[in-house]
Amino acid sequence: MEELEKQFFSKHDPKILPVLRNSVVGIAGAGGLGSSVAVSLARVGVGKLIITDFDKIEPPDLNRQQYFVEQIGKLKVEALLENLKRINPFSEYKIHNVKIGENNISEIFGKVDILVEAFDEAGMKKMLIESWICRFPKKPIIVASGLAGFGKNEKIHIRKIGSLYICGDEESEVKIGISPMAPRVAVVANMQANLVLELLLKEKNSNG
Amino acid sequence: MDKKIEVNKEKIDWEENMTVDRILKIMNYTFKMIVVKVNGELVKKDNYNTKIIPEGSDVQVIHLIAGG
Repeated sequence: MEELEKQFFSKHDPKILPVLRNSVVGIAGAGGLGSSVAVSLARVGVGKLIITDFDKIEPPDLNRQQYFVEQIGKLKVEALLENLKRINPFSEYKIHNVKIGENNISEIFGKVDILVEAFDEAGMKKMLIESWICRFPKKPIIVASGLAGFGKNEKIHIRKIGSLYICGDEESEVKIGISPMAPRVAVVANMQANLVLELLLKEKNSNG
Repeated sequence: MDKKIEVNKEKIDWEENMTVDRILKIMNYTFKMIVVKVNGELVKKDNYNTKIIPEGSDVQVIHLIAGG
């Protein structure tokens, strides 16, 4: 296992790897966004991921979420844990089968370096952002808004407002005929994951 | 020079006693689920009709869209 671990990380930049191994990232939601963010951050070797969700996997989820047919009916956080361990068993994964709210956000995500918002419902997104900004005004939160449909790559962008970052096109509503589809959801999720890396590494560099 | 504020990087005329509700109306923003930051500070929904926006403010309205 030790030899595998060494090889697993052999392509990682030796200056970057220790920063990532010492980082903790929170992911609120393990659907299309959250499962893709988690897979990318596990592959890249982020040391610890804290992931929450309260849903079970249903067949339509497989159109865009990082799960398998035989995992239908399982709790998303448990299935994701299995998958992450199969991808990178050398990081730590803490899962919570809970609905995040004002009452538990600090307890669960209080120690993360960065929080990734990966909910589906707009009201939940708002609640998470406002709760986070009130409690941790300086800690980054990376939100996704506007990712339904297909094409329109050029519309997807990042907006920064202090420590709040928004990824997406900020306009594509989910409605009949415009559902979240794997490529565009994964593009936005990986934009979130890519921004996580940028912020983790920038912060470390500025601290020397 | 007219007094201005910026809303999502767009310059609009500032008015005396301008509130968040007034800005949303001027901008014709009818989104249901939004987060509003004024000069980096979060403004909660309860204060949309009471919080007075000073001249020169940077107002950011984030439209939250379902899907994930």
